[in-house]
Parts: sequence; structure tokens; C-alpha cells
Amino acid sequence: MTLAQLQRDMQAFLASGSAASAARVSPLRAGLTVYQNNYRAQLVGCLEQTYPHLRTFMGAEAFHYAAVSHIGRRPPQAWTLDAYGAHFGLTLRELFPDNPDLHELAWIEWSLEAAFIAQDAAPLAASALAGADWDNTGLVFSPSLALAPLRTNAAAIWDALQAGEAAPEASMLEQGAGVAVWRRGFSTSLRVIAPDELAAFASASGPRGFSLLCASLAERLGAEEGIARAGALLAAWLASEMVTGLTTYEEVEQ
Amino acid sequence: MPAVAPPPTFSGYGLGLRREHYQDFLDAERPVAVDFVEVISENFMVDGGQPRHILRQVRQRHPVALHGVSLSIGSADGPRPDYLQRLRALVDEIDPLFVSDHLSWSRIGDFNSHDLLPLPYTTEALDIVCANIEVAQSALGRAILLENPSSYLHFPEQAMSEWEFIERMCARTGCGLLLDVNNIYVSAVNHGFDANDYLAGIPADRVLQIHLAGHSQGAELLIDTHDSAVAPAVWALYAAARARCGDVATMVERDAAIPPLPELLAELDTARRIGAKGTA
Repeated sequence: MTLAQLQRDMQAFLASGSAASAARVSPLRAGLTVYQNNYRAQLVGCLEQTYPHLRTFMGAEAFHYAAVSHIGRRPPQAWTLDAYGAHFGLTLRELFPDNPDLHELAWIEWSLEAAFIAQDAAPLAASALAGADWDNTGLVFSPSLALAPLRTNAAAIWDALQAGEAAPEASMLEQGAGVAVWRRGFSTSLRVIAPDELAAFASASGPRGFSLLCASLAERLGAEEGIARAGALLAAWLASEMVTGLTTYEEVEQ
Repeated sequence: MPAVAPPPTFSGYGLGLRREHYQDFLDAERPVAVDFVEVISENFMVDGGQPRHILRQVRQRHPVALHGVSLSIGSADGPRPDYLQRLRALVDEIDPLFVSDHLSWSRIGDFNSHDLLPLPYTTEALDIVCANIEVAQSALGRAILLENPSSYLHFPEQAMSEWEFIERMCARTGCGLLLDVNNIYVSAVNHGFDANDYLAGIPADRVLQIHLAGHSQGAELLIDTHDSAVAPAVWALYAAARARCGDVATMVERDAAIPPLPELLAELDTARRIGAKGTA
């Protein structure tokens, strides 16, 4: 047997428990069992570490069922074990399609994990806006910023569990919202945002983004209120250290 | 043998830097009494954030060894270029004492087990491992150290002992050896060989660092768990290893059930006393 064949058989044994593959690797079942236990325990432990509040909210037994299902459906591929939780949300959607609270809570915990080690970028000082050509400028947001729509009270559930309190019952929000996760310095942040702010992030980061954002808000709210809303959003983003630079149309074209 | 700089020599006593002890190592008022620290490379091969910041601060106070778990030097399809690029960036920033990983494999194709899986000690595996080491050393611009694994499997097709495999590997590639004394003990018990034969068979002049750790008794086999103090039998083997390999860097690893730092420093003092006898 070549090394490649042996390694493919070991993969099949670890990922699916294939008895035929195990028999080809080695007759020593006790040793194979040690490796299989290590493989599964390490992946379950990784998911537990990545999703502590989801595990509390679901309960240990349901979480373990989801973790074992995930390991069977999506064997690890990334160079680092820390990335294994990245697609756990997909497994939750398959296992619990009618529980958007679980999907959204998982998104929050994974996004916080990703933001913690995202690329460093210094926040833009308000003074850097002086002289900006607003007709031709878009905003560059922090590499750690992640955004998603929110249909449930998953953010409130996360807040309560993070504070060591009992989580509220899962419920649908009366009005849709959004959620932003990012890093300020070395601390991760989570904030529920209004639907128009969620849309504004996408508008503001494109070519000529800020002028397009002003135009769309002015069209919806009226000129005076629209411009004021755009200014308020920009001020809040700067104060929250979400903005790390400006980009002009020419730079994007190049 | 490829034209890479040989690994540096360094003697002293170190600990693995773990999250539980970050504050101890960052306390400028009370420097931790170690000669170097070792970190798990992958924990710091990230884009940014606090982990890299902490490592930079620790590096200002101590020499740092980078110890990886995902190079997968034994993969039949070779190491991943993106992994090597990330590791090279960390090496360039930290200027580590040593860059090490394990004589094992973790990945084949798109599958990455994230475990240190055993290799059959065949001539084909030796050729593949040596070719992969040369790729890694070329990408990193320096010689690496490989650690002897603990193992729970013996392959019927093996053509040589682990120590013969290691001797040939070091001779062909110029790589160094990170000798894990606990792993020798665990594998010797599990596979029924004499640990002293192992020590006699390794290329002692290629041993540049020694690991010490604890193990546990599993259902049928000893398991390399790193969750307890170094066992008396492993201390005895360490004394023999120091007598054979001389004054090389030694560190204590603890990865689970991590105790307060003074407990690990006391274990390191034991290593110092044994080392002082062995090289007196």
C-alpha cells in the first residue's frame, strides 16, 4: 500500500468510521480507536469553545447532537482548527430549519470569533474628513466588520448570556433589523442596527458611496432629513471606530 | 542536502506560553524565570488582533520558539503553500529560536484531521517526508526541527524503526530533532520497544530541543495527554537523554488542566537540576 492510499484510508476511517478502511490501515483496533476518539473529541471541543452561548441556549445534549452531525457532514478542511466552526451555521440550518434564532445566534458567535483575529486597521480620525470630495468618496470599513439582517431576538439572547443572566425566550422581532459585529482595538463589539443603517453600510462603501447614500436617503426622507441622517450615520460610524479610510472613484477604477 | 542555514544551538529552560498565563508573562514588574518560551504557531498565524500583539510583547522579553501542529510534513501530497506563507510571515516578524513541528501527518487532499497521525516507517514515506522537509525549509528560509511523535499504531509494512527513520531523515535534509522524551516513553510502552535503544539510535548531534510532558493511562494504551505532571519514569529518561545529547534547550509542555504558573516553574526547576547533573 502506498502512503497516499494509507492516508486516504485513514481519512475514510476517521471521517466515516469505515471498517474496511480501518482494516487496511492496521490490524490494531485499539490504536485506531485512540485516533478516532482524539479526532472527534477535538472537533467537538472546538465547536463548544467557538459557540459557548449557543451551547448554553440549546442545551448540552442538543448541541452535542448538532456537533456530531456537523462532523459527519462537514469534515475539517482548513489549515487551522480554529476555522472549523465557520460553517456550523449551515449544519444548524439543515438540522433546525425552523429555528432562525439558532442560526442568528450562531452567526453572532462566529462573527465575534472572526472579528477578534481580523486584520488590524487604525480607525479614521474625524479630522481626516476635512477637504474630502464628498461627491467622489466612499468609506472603507474595518476589516473586522460583519453585517447581517436579524429576524429574531438572537442579539438579546447573546447579551443576556454574555452578562451571565438567563436568556429570554426566543421570539421573532416585530420589525426586521440588522446586526453589526466589529472590533475596536482588541475588544469585539456587537450592535443591533436599523434596517436603513444595514442598507447604508452597503451603499457607503461603493464607488462614490457617500454621495449615493446621501442621495438615496434624501429621496426617501426628503433632502434636509436625508442629509442629516447620512451625517448622523457617518458620525456614529466614526465614533464607533468602524471607518478606517476613504476611497475615491479613481482609486476604485484603477 | 539543501542549502539552508542550520538551526541555531541554544541551551536553557522554557515553558509553553498558554492563554492562562498571558498576564504572568506580560507583568513587567515580575519577569517569569524562563530562558525562552514556546508558542503554538497556528495560534498566532492570524491576520491581526490581540494574539499577535501579545506575542510581540512577549518576544520583547524572551526568545520565542515556534512550535506548529499543522505543517503535516508526512502528507503524501505535500505541505500547503498557503500554510507555509503564513508561517513564513510569522517567522519573519518574530525571528524565533526554532521553528518546529511533528513527524506526523494531518492532511490529505482537502481533509485536515487536526490530529498528529502516525506514519509508516517505509522507504517511500522517508522519501516523501524528506521531499516535504526540503519544500518547507526552502519556503521558510531556515532549517526546521521535527518532533518524534507519540503513537498508538504499528504498521505491518514498516521497514525500519522510528529512530532509524529519524536518523536518515536528519542526515538527508539537515533538519534538527525536537526530542520529546515523554513521547519516547509513551510509544515504548505502547509498542514494546526499549526506550534506551531509541535514545542510542537517534542522531544526538541533531537534537536541539527537548520536550517534557505528562501522559495518562487509557483503556489499553498510554495516551500523550499533556494534562499532568511529568512522570518519574520520564524524568529518568530525561536524565539519560541529557547525558546523550548534552546541554540542549528543554521545556515543559502543559496543554490541559493547566495549573498556576509556579507549579510549572517548579517542574522546570526539576529539569534544571537533572540537566546540571547530566552535564556537570
